[in-house]
Amino acid sequence: MVLVEKEKKFEFRKSSQLRMELRRLKRHKPAMIGLGITLMILVIMLFAPVIAPYPYEEQDLAHMLEKPSLEYPFGTDAVGRCVFSRVVYGSRIAFLVGFVVVSIEAGIGITLGLFAGYFGGKLDTIISSLTDTVWAFPPLVLALGIVTAIGPGLFNVVAAIAVVSWAPFTRITRAKVQSVREREYVEAGRAIGESDASLIWRYILPNIVASNLVLATLTFPSALLTASAMSFLGFGAQPPSPDWGAILNEGREYLRSAPWISTFPGMAILFTVLGFNFLGDGLRDAFDPRMKL
Amino acid sequence: MAGMKRYVIIKLIAAIPVVLGATVIVFSIMHLTPGDPVRLILGDRFSPERVEELREQLGLDKPLPVQYFRWLAGAVRGDLGISTAARASVSTLIFERIPYTLLLTVTAMAISILLGIPIGVISAVKQYTIVDHISMAAALFWLSMPGFWLGLMFMLLFGLWLGWLPLSGYNGAKSLILPALTLGLPQIGMLARLMRSEMLEVLREDYVMTARAKGLKEFLVMYKHALRNAVISVIVYLFLGIPWLISGAVVVETIFAWPGMGRLLYRAILTKDFPIVQGVIFIIAILTVLCNLLGDIVTGFLDPRIRHE
Repeated sequence: MVLVEKEKKFEFRKSSQLRMELRRLKRHKPAMIGLGITLMILVIMLFAPVIAPYPYEEQDLAHMLEKPSLEYPFGTDAVGRCVFSRVVYGSRIAFLVGFVVVSIEAGIGITLGLFAGYFGGKLDTIISSLTDTVWAFPPLVLALGIVTAIGPGLFNVVAAIAVVSWAPFTRITRAKVQSVREREYVEAGRAIGESDASLIWRYILPNIVASNLVLATLTFPSALLTASAMSFLGFGAQPPSPDWGAILNEGREYLRSAPWISTFPGMAILFTVLGFNFLGDGLRDAFDPRMKL
Repeated sequence: MAGMKRYVIIKLIAAIPVVLGATVIVFSIMHLTPGDPVRLILGDRFSPERVEELREQLGLDKPLPVQYFRWLAGAVRGDLGISTAARASVSTLIFERIPYTLLLTVTAMAISILLGIPIGVISAVKQYTIVDHISMAAALFWLSMPGFWLGLMFMLLFGLWLGWLPLSGYNGAKSLILPALTLGLPQIGMLARLMRSEMLEVLREDYVMTARAKGLKEFLVMYKHALRNAVISVIVYLFLGIPWLISGAVVVETIFAWPGMGRLLYRAILTKDFPIVQGVIFIIAILTVLCNLLGDIVTGFLDPRIRHE
């Protein structure tokens, strides 16, 4: 009898939601590859000064446009800077850009989604139509417009991308809030006199965390791609910044004589984006398999 | 078909505020500039009197809402102003280049459809096999591809090293290949993934089971029942994807010196040619709304369940 009870308890613990999801994530091979890649880039970013053989801005005019060698693993650029060191330091910019863009987007998007989903009515109509308008618009084009108006620069690009791509967060949050708003535990909370703020904060918010986390992981790479494209066009990070897009742009002129300048930062972008996409896919399959973007 | 007509009209009416909203956004972006637009156009070469004269001439002394309605009234009639750098009509400059952008985007789209849809279908039919895993890994690879880098690598490989294809510019069909591949290949990823998930969803539907139960050949089940229904949302995605393709074309056209609208936009930003930038973004905004509308209409047309909602 006692034994049976014990077993039951064990069963219950084993099948707890989070455990199940984490197990699903661990079994997801691509997700684990993605996690590996992201962690690796994180380490490169944190230990950039140790990994990079030279400071990213150090010029060596005796070694201009040199082929990749032991001394310069990714070769050197037009002013003799070590491309490898620049790419290593570039990971810092890439992470910073992705992180800041995603945070702003999530902040705007989740707030609007909470309001639209929780209060409904006119507010919902206004927020939803705003979301639809912004949703369809390619961020690169709007970012180009904004940069024309306020001038180039990484900061402006980050702000521009963030301001136009929060719509997915609003949609996901709104849908989730709508689906839990009428649940019994929220009703119960309302019945015992919880305020709207407390209902949102304590009863509803925990339900939207997982989906938004998945979305954030999947938004990071697209933010990085757009920001790199802007830098590549010359409107984002400005020289001598070791931004990957900016290095690519500098290397364009030397595509014939020194193709390595453009090749390696592009690989870094591809690798990083791929890692995040693998991880994001796995997180989605584990936490929110029905999620559609 | 009466239901269809009503559905289209409702969608058309709903699109009007979105178009207006988009124009307000475009207009405000361009006019939130901290600097003085007239000074930006003229530089410091002119006397204050000349600057004031031009300001009046361009209507820039009026309050912003008045300027907006003037601009909107012009835009509706196809007048997007005068390019400050080229001293030519913005709409003429844009419409000269639209065919090139269309040629590029349509070719890119064809490439992505021809490769993406079969990959997605095969992946779904062979779910959880090695074929599926490889296809989906490949899809994610293309999805993660930075287009500008792909373009440079194509240039390097096929233009500089092998010498098979022209590096840039527009010189007949051969020069279309590299830009179209650069724009189209990354789209394969998204399309294949979408096709796969739609196909898998449809394969779980009752009517597919019915079709199988009545002994229909597997090929016919796939082709007549599953594929046809799965393709609906893919078509919608294709429409929604047009503005994104055009936005991607800005980068691709810049790399390959393709004489389209995207390159025009790029050059205009460099020369601070505000009317052109505003005009191109306006056209893309209208296109975006239009593509959404078409996507909705096509869905309503293909899927009767939706227009009755």
